[in-house]
Amino acid sequence: MAGHAEKRQLEGQAKPERWMLRLYVAGQTPKSVAAFTNLKRICEKHLAGQYQIEVVDLLVNPKLAKGDQIIAVPTLVRQLPVPIKKIIGDLADEERVLVGIDVRPAAHTGV
Amino acid sequence: MRSIKNFLSKTPTGIEGLDEVTNGGLPAGRTTLVCGSAGSGKTVLGLEFLVHGIEEYGEPGVFVAFEETEKDLRQNVASFGYDLEKLQDEGKLSIDHIVIERSEIEETGEYDLEGLFIRLGCAVDAIGAKRVVLDTIEVLFSGLKNQQIIRAELRRLFRWLKDRGLTAIVTGERGDGQLTRYGLEEYVADCVILLDHRVTEQLSTRRLRIVKYRGSLHGTDEYPFLMGEDGISVLPITSVGLTHTASKERISTGVADLDGMVGGKGFYRGSSILVSGTAGTGKSSLSMTFLKAACERGERALYFSFEESKDQVIRNMASIGLDLKPWIDKGLLHFHNVRPSSLGLEAHLASMHQIIKRVDPKVVVVDPITNLISSTDNSGVKSMLTRLVDFLKMKQITAMFTHLSSDGTALESMEEKVSSIMDAWILLRDVEHEGQRSCALYVLKSRGMAHSREMRDFVLTDHGIRLGDNYMKGRNSGKKQHGAHAGAKRASSVKRAR
Repeated sequence: MAGHAEKRQLEGQAKPERWMLRLYVAGQTPKSVAAFTNLKRICEKHLAGQYQIEVVDLLVNPKLAKGDQIIAVPTLVRQLPVPIKKIIGDLADEERVLVGIDVRPAAHTGV
Repeated sequence: MRSIKNFLSKTPTGIEGLDEVTNGGLPAGRTTLVCGSAGSGKTVLGLEFLVHGIEEYGEPGVFVAFEETEKDLRQNVASFGYDLEKLQDEGKLSIDHIVIERSEIEETGEYDLEGLFIRLGCAVDAIGAKRVVLDTIEVLFSGLKNQQIIRAELRRLFRWLKDRGLTAIVTGERGDGQLTRYGLEEYVADCVILLDHRVTEQLSTRRLRIVKYRGSLHGTDEYPFLMGEDGISVLPITSVGLTHTASKERISTGVADLDGMVGGKGFYRGSSILVSGTAGTGKSSLSMTFLKAACERGERALYFSFEESKDQVIRNMASIGLDLKPWIDKGLLHFHNVRPSSLGLEAHLASMHQIIKRVDPKVVVVDPITNLISSTDNSGVKSMLTRLVDFLKMKQITAMFTHLSSDGTALESMEEKVSSIMDAWILLRDVEHEGQRSCALYVLKSRGMAHSREMRDFVLTDHGIRLGDNYMKGRNSGKKQHGAHAGAKRASSVKRAR
């Protein structure tokens, strides 16, 4: 696979400067640990240097659940770029995560 | 296993009638499922449960709205006079609007609904809630894809509510062949209430039924309920309060001759009088005379007219020498005119309750109840009328109901049904003979007093109502023929003419 940064430039789209991602979890459960690990891996691979992950533990800050309308955990919320996107689950499926937060994997796999 | 506690511990809803039907309220510390189709009143019932809980039982409550925003909810119940914002500010009510937008949610891998639990727990702890309403949790099924997870989490949620001792209501949309679309009844085992909103002949009737109530006695009938300006009120037929005090005071009907027929003093205050007769026999005139007599005693009187406009009534009454204007001007005589077909029966009765509460009359006339009866099926009418009569008695309001009877129709039997809840029954009968038409009055029943068995000539004059002589008087035999009646009638007319 070629460098992702180059590929994205080839698309000719205005690429966002920063990806602000917030991961909501409830304590150190296997699911939340898995979600964080998966997210970190995907971001390093596709958004290296452009992303920021904030982990919110609802057991510590329960009130934050209301703001982003969280009911399921883990939930990944793409704060930036807008619009807000949400992915729930342990983020095991890389393709779906990329589609979910609009990192268009189609551009990478295309001929 | 059922414990004794199941039988005893109940949380009153504070909703008029519902606590009677459920024999004390919803199961305390348990979850009750309220299901019904769209617009059947589930949300209002849930909100009322919380508001009454706060205001009457000092139990704070959490409302989790999956469908409506806080603003919508506030507006929807503002018409019932509930100020949710005030309760929220006082820290007694918490409303959490949960939005699940399927289009903006992607699912990948395992998850649970701990976020929902945390939010609910947070809201419950913040105000020390004892009551919870989830309206409607079924949105989860349409908002999320993984049904297996939702089902497992729902089971956990209901257990969680129970462990915390919260009395909860979950609402569910009516489904095909089952109570709720996603089978919520599978999870809620203790109490299930079904709301129904039926439209028969373009008129709506709301009904409530307790489908299931484990470990408790409960009414099994379908109960009509009202959603009026004061919120929900269930009308249990069985709850007809026969505890009202019976007044010994007698009040005049405004027709001296008629008073004479019931012991010379008129009817008891707080009694219900049915006046039935065929068209044009003078039912409205009699009831108006009755109202005017009340006004002359300085009492407030209320007239529900389902047939004529106020002006029409005033004009017509003037023709028999009844001048109503002064009493209207003095604020003693109140009119309420409305077409019976404009509303369903329940709405009529709800509005009648409210108007009666507002006007606070001593005497009420409903002219005629026939139109209400014709507007819906019989059983509904009886229970509603029973409720109305009951309400009037409780307030010691003397009421006169007119009823248009048409010989040989189904209305006749209806009349009998209605008459059983009335204390007195006056009949006006139309008699025809040789191109002449006249009218006879008799008192069919009058509870708790001696009354005349005579059939009297009922005459509308320029100066009000007069009762003529005994119909049979001066006649040669007791033949019960119209001709014979008319003969007597002629005799009495001749007498009057003199």
